[in-house]
Amino acid sequence: MRRGLSVLHRAIHKLEPLRRIYEQEYTLLGRLAKMVGLSKPVTDDELEEWKELVYNSCTLCARCSLVCPVGNDIVYMVRKFREGMAVSGHAPEGLIGAVTRTIEIGSPMGVRLPAVQAQMRHVQDETGIEIPLDKEGAEYLVMLSSMEIMNFPEYLSAIAKIMKQAGKTWTLCSTAFEATNAGIQIGVSDLAKVIVKRIVDGAERLKVKTVISPECGHAYTALRWDGANLIGRPFTFKVLHILEVLDEFRAQGLLKTEGFETAKMTFHDPCQLVRRGGVIEQPRNLMKMVVKDFVEMEDPGKYNWCCGGGGGVSANEEAEQLRLEAFKIKKRQLENTGAKTLVTACANCRITLEEGLEHNQMDIPVVGLTEMIAEHLVETPSAKS
Amino acid sequence: MGEVEFLNWVRGSGLNIAIAVFLLGVILRLIEIYSLGRKPDLSAPRHAAGASGLHTVFRRSLPPPGMMKRSPVSYIGGYIFHIGLAVVVFLFAPHIKLIENFFGLSWPGLPSQVVDLVAVITLVAMVVVLVDRITKPVKRFLSTFEDYFTWTVTFLPVLTGYLAVKHLLLPYTTMLALHILSVEILLVVLPFTKLFHAFTVFGSRWFNGHLNAHKGVPV
Repeated sequence: MRRGLSVLHRAIHKLEPLRRIYEQEYTLLGRLAKMVGLSKPVTDDELEEWKELVYNSCTLCARCSLVCPVGNDIVYMVRKFREGMAVSGHAPEGLIGAVTRTIEIGSPMGVRLPAVQAQMRHVQDETGIEIPLDKEGAEYLVMLSSMEIMNFPEYLSAIAKIMKQAGKTWTLCSTAFEATNAGIQIGVSDLAKVIVKRIVDGAERLKVKTVISPECGHAYTALRWDGANLIGRPFTFKVLHILEVLDEFRAQGLLKTEGFETAKMTFHDPCQLVRRGGVIEQPRNLMKMVVKDFVEMEDPGKYNWCCGGGGGVSANEEAEQLRLEAFKIKKRQLENTGAKTLVTACANCRITLEEGLEHNQMDIPVVGLTEMIAEHLVETPSAKS
Repeated sequence: MGEVEFLNWVRGSGLNIAIAVFLLGVILRLIEIYSLGRKPDLSAPRHAAGASGLHTVFRRSLPPPGMMKRSPVSYIGGYIFHIGLAVVVFLFAPHIKLIENFFGLSWPGLPSQVVDLVAVITLVAMVVVLVDRITKPVKRFLSTFEDYFTWTVTFLPVLTGYLAVKHLLLPYTTMLALHILSVEILLVVLPFTKLFHAFTVFGSRWFNGHLNAHKGVPV
């Protein structure tokens, strides 16, 4: 096994077998060369060797696609390559497990409805606000990621408080609570479709106007951009990331906050939200609402550097060493800002950042933007029962 | 074959063959690429200022923030030799004359001394980017035979052209014939190698820009 970042990890090199397949199958000269035995076939052994490059060392962050002078969308090609890798049996164990659990149980971390209901009760007790489940005709269907159900229940309580203040109707759905889509990460469209279809069915059954993608980067890509294409028809509802919803509330005067965070804070842009998603200004508008001393990291917005755990890498144990190596970029960026708190809007970034910081013995808390906003909501008399 | 026969061949049959392969090759490759097609995007679009295929075509001609500092030789050397090639190919009076003979189109050229200077700068820039490719571990690792081959077939026409104009190294007739031959090799090779980016670069930039513009990301 290779250790550390090396010349092998250059984006375009990761595509070498795919390039040869294109040449041998989709070009005339390549096909002729193949017929007379002049081309080097792509073998199973080679694909196995490439597993590290296509899965372990690529977070689908797409910075390569942004800087390529020729304009090649390299990450789009890595995703295509993963499709071939998955069907030929070369996907990493960790991701196979995550997809299998999502298909069979309903969530990559094996979370079932009772676990969600337990969290709902917990949040209800804590906030005194009723958490609606399967409420037909609600304006918003709120999706969760299992990371939020298991590790960050603050998210659900933040949503409850914010929706109450904004006076909006919302609901969770018993048949579609999990928004993440490991099918996209591993590269199997028909499984990605099954996962998206659950959400579409849930949203249409409950007749909601908008589905809110949680603080999770790939969930947003899967639902907002890939979803309609996977099921083969446009959605009958809108898909928004929670930060888009919050920014809309802010613009409409429905999000009223008080007080400011005093610590110096910076924001980590989740790749799928920014570079692959277009949610760029919203987090900045929201940060400024509650943070006095907000500093940008170098390369903010669409030029951000990945946390190191996207694209299924955080679910892939084989990739751990490399992930911690890649985290050094984030570490340097973070140290340069001098920020005392790191805010982000993706549960997967959050857990990856927390692990990276811990590994480097850095005492910097990582906070979800939605819950930070919720902590600053102007208390209404009826907020506590 | 004497040098005059050689010159006649490269000016006659040789040129016809090269142009035929070039044109058929370009058409074949364009069909191969564009017949792959693309599916309509069914997700609801988002609009953002500066996000479109056309924006990306122009934006990718400039280095993204920080990249000039990371890779100055690639960017500066790259600009110089690409612009230099365009100048020596399209603004050298004898070349314009040749194009006029073929297509009837004509435009003013640059004085010969200026084109000479540009040719030398282009050759130097190409050598510098080649040395950079060989000495930088990452670039050397990514380089294949094709990279060195395409560099050579691009370099030779400029070199032989310059030597012919300056009457250096070989008799003018021979050098001119070698110059034309090297251009013919370039024409034959171009559609089937990375040099085809001359035809695809703006299309691929546009495609990338267009796909991302759908998401409201100005890439």
